[in-house]
Amino acid sequence: MPTWPSEPRGTPGRGPRHSDVAVIGAGPAGMSAAVAAAQAGCSVTVLDLGERPGGQYWRWGPASDGRFHHGWPAFRALRDSFGGHQAAGRIVHLAGHAVFHVDPPPAGEGPGVSSRFTVRAVAGERERGYAAVEASAVVVATGAYERQLPVPGWTLPGVMAAGAAQALLKGSAVVAGHRVVVAGTGPFLMPVAAGLAQAGARVAAVVEANQPLSYLRQPLDLARSWRKLPEAAGYLARLARHRVPVLCRHAVVAAHGDGRLRSVTVARLDPAWALVPGSQRTLDADVLAVGYGFIPQVELLGEAGAQLRRGQDGRTFAAEAGADQQTSVPGLFAAGETTGIGGADLSCLEGQVAGRAAARHCGHQVRPAGPAIIRRRAALRRFGALLDAVHPVPPGWTTWLTGDTIVCRCEEVTLARLLAAVDLGADDARSAKLVARPGMGWCQGRICGAAVAAIVAGHRRSGRPEGGDLDFAESVVSRPLAQPVPLEVLAEAAQERANRDMAGTPDHL
Amino acid sequence: MSASHHRDVVVIGAGIVGAACCYYLARAGLKVAVIERGAVAAGTTGAGEGNILVSDKEPGPELELAQVSIRLWRQLGDELGPDAELEPKGGLVVAAGPEERQQLDEFAAAQAVAGVEVRTVGPSGLRDLEPHLADGLAGGVLYPEDMQVQPMMAAALMLRAARDLGAELRLHEEVTAIETAAGRVAGVRTSTGGLSAGLVVNAAGTWAGELAARAGLALPVLPRRGFIVVTEPLPRMIRHKVYTADYVANVASGSAGLEISAVVEATASGTVLIGASRERVGFDRTSSMKIVGTLAAQAIRLFPVLAGVRAIRFYRGFRPYCPDHLPVIGSDARLPGLLHACGHEGAGVGLAPATGHLIAQIATGQTAPVSLAPFDPGRFEEPARA
Amino acid sequence: MPEQPAPCPNVDITVDGAGWSVPAGSSIAAAFVARGHPGWRLTRRRAEPRGLGCGMGVCFDCLVTVNGTRGVRACLTDVREGDVITTERGSGFADLAI
Repeated sequence: MPTWPSEPRGTPGRGPRHSDVAVIGAGPAGMSAAVAAAQAGCSVTVLDLGERPGGQYWRWGPASDGRFHHGWPAFRALRDSFGGHQAAGRIVHLAGHAVFHVDPPPAGEGPGVSSRFTVRAVAGERERGYAAVEASAVVVATGAYERQLPVPGWTLPGVMAAGAAQALLKGSAVVAGHRVVVAGTGPFLMPVAAGLAQAGARVAAVVEANQPLSYLRQPLDLARSWRKLPEAAGYLARLARHRVPVLCRHAVVAAHGDGRLRSVTVARLDPAWALVPGSQRTLDADVLAVGYGFIPQVELLGEAGAQLRRGQDGRTFAAEAGADQQTSVPGLFAAGETTGIGGADLSCLEGQVAGRAAARHCGHQVRPAGPAIIRRRAALRRFGALLDAVHPVPPGWTTWLTGDTIVCRCEEVTLARLLAAVDLGADDARSAKLVARPGMGWCQGRICGAAVAAIVAGHRRSGRPEGGDLDFAESVVSRPLAQPVPLEVLAEAAQERANRDMAGTPDHL
Repeated sequence: MSASHHRDVVVIGAGIVGAACCYYLARAGLKVAVIERGAVAAGTTGAGEGNILVSDKEPGPELELAQVSIRLWRQLGDELGPDAELEPKGGLVVAAGPEERQQLDEFAAAQAVAGVEVRTVGPSGLRDLEPHLADGLAGGVLYPEDMQVQPMMAAALMLRAARDLGAELRLHEEVTAIETAAGRVAGVRTSTGGLSAGLVVNAAGTWAGELAARAGLALPVLPRRGFIVVTEPLPRMIRHKVYTADYVANVASGSAGLEISAVVEATASGTVLIGASRERVGFDRTSSMKIVGTLAAQAIRLFPVLAGVRAIRFYRGFRPYCPDHLPVIGSDARLPGLLHACGHEGAGVGLAPATGHLIAQIATGQTAPVSLAPFDPGRFEEPARA
Repeated sequence: MPEQPAPCPNVDITVDGAGWSVPAGSSIAAAFVARGHPGWRLTRRRAEPRGLGCGMGVCFDCLVTVNGTRGVRACLTDVREGDVITTERGSGFADLAI
């Protein structure tokens, strides 16, 4: 498989690129949107953080042959379409680009093809140049990342996101370790464990905190999603073949080691997720691949003014999108996990709808999505909601922590320090962040934000209502810079803006 | 109301100024309650850099207040402990060229007459103080008295010290009205009840005008927006607060447009804070990449080593300012029992202890260490016809 | 019929002065993990080891200095021939401290 052709990174002084549509993210949703928009006649610029398209779901490398992948033929077909449009000049793919801001069109300009968004990115993780793209329509398909719960020892090397272990395998053909425990909650754990087992790792256990057999309590939705059953059954069969025990209603409540992971403590949970005393067992492991569901990456959308809605647990946000995947900002579309966690099939579908709608926004004659597509999207969304409902994350996990447990990895803030801040009067998520600094490091609270909010809510004096949406959203989701940006890149962005103002184009912001 | 709902003083606002008022009032032996509609430091204090400066103040009432305040901060630093991160780092004001250098020297000479410690620095001496400072600057002035503190922590710690002395902190409760009886303050009504008190202190920062309006009084405190760019955490590369000489002119400017100058300093947590911009755009929370980018460019001109350093966030705050750029401290003659402690613009952190101390003096009927006339809440009224 | 993967040439890189030969197309993080180094960075306050965290560029635990550029996310960055990689404490600016 060849290396992926893409544009050179950050040519200085280049000025912004112009295209009809900008797509942010080249995973299932982003690739589908780009192809759909190109097919409808648009010029498309795709900006993606990765070196190769495919996102996280289709993470691949030169050695990939589909063995460890899902839907490989579908991906190859999509990649071939994408490549064809690239060769024809309709799609420009900017790999290694970290989009940090999307400026909506200037106030006062009505919606339409002439009012332009500006997408700003750091060009190249190594090169760190500046790139800007002006487009009439923007599709944000930035996917989601895994939710983590802090536990004692979770910062030990060898403890990683379940998706990280899978990315090593799919992208670099590397097995993360010799003896792996896969833990957390959600349908993602099974394919991760099955893939690792297939690649030759000893998977000591799959530790699922919930009881997914509650699927059976919702037979109607299950019946509608019958296509998914063979997939799930296949994973279970593979795990059985490799003699991987699957524990439900259990969690890894501590990790142990001396500078690297050596073992984990597994315990049974009660329905509120407090651990059942006396149920603790130790398992040897050099890798803990862990994840508790997914959190949509919606910062760019929120900062551009798009309406967001709270997820079921009240601690994550997803973008509101209409039937054509358009957000509350005209010309700004969201597709894939950004509209709510729903899996790769739904992402591809939403991407197609968004790409076509973006083309329509740019003035191309494209029919809106037909009833069959609408029905299928609704069915996939229902299935996603069903999976969400059987994999909740109740706040009882906060009882697994000790005062010394690191809650914020970037700033190394312990539980004790966080609780001391709450006791001082910093008793909402935003205030606790300002005083004790969890969420003030490089990741800006992506990893710890939901956890900090749960801890603060649980610790403050009872009877106090939880902070409003603005408070929590501001402390956790509002990120004016969606990626770290070299100061010289910020300076260049302002200079380019100033140059354009002098040349007479209308002032942006 | 029952006796259990009575206090000597109610302070409205738990930002740095409200916290300082509460602290000094409690120390003076008064029964105090602080009522705050958010959490501690929910307002402008949460957006502050933690500046405690004499360097940026021309001789006059604000400088006098700052000098009193700095002495109090030194005492507070010991009492509050290392978590407040009080650092006597000093301020370094640099001039880009010879003309600016001369203006700066004249300004510093006048400050010296007023008792400020100043040390002029020649062009070659700048790099001794700040090894990463750019070449080609015309020299500057060092102000050893300037300090920095972690403002949210400091506010929280002052409130805790006050609570140890019997003060009460009521968070997530909003004052909806100031109650009066026989033409005097009688207490406050809040979103969850009320308190009776003979004295009420308006320490509501950028919302102090709004609060005064709830008592039917005009108080011209308006927001002046500023952005701060925050870098990734770094080892100590910058020792002082460093800013360019045009900063003072910008603070004093009455312009509604954008005033922007370069201010760069490190923090105990390792981030470098980059400011400073000032605009009168109401409470507009939208981001401006243009302003942020200009702040970044200015910082790089001062410290070229920052070019490749990454910003990990930026934020905006709304400084509470009055038309004459002086705070409002003292009794409101229009409503006996109402005191104001607000309108500190960008100097709230620095001036908080002196403000709190003055409020405590007034509340206990003692003489203030500085004249209160320049800060009089009544100074905005049209003079009464004879 | 699964296709045979093309044989991958290796690239030669230097990591903290030691020469490594790593399959092309491997991320820098994968290169560390494959050699049995789950951690390669020290945190700035507690000097505790960190390595691969989220694997997708969100957590910033996996930072390394590559050819003089500090704070590069190893999980997002493929190895390139001749790369000079140094491990970091914090985000790698220690040499600029005064």
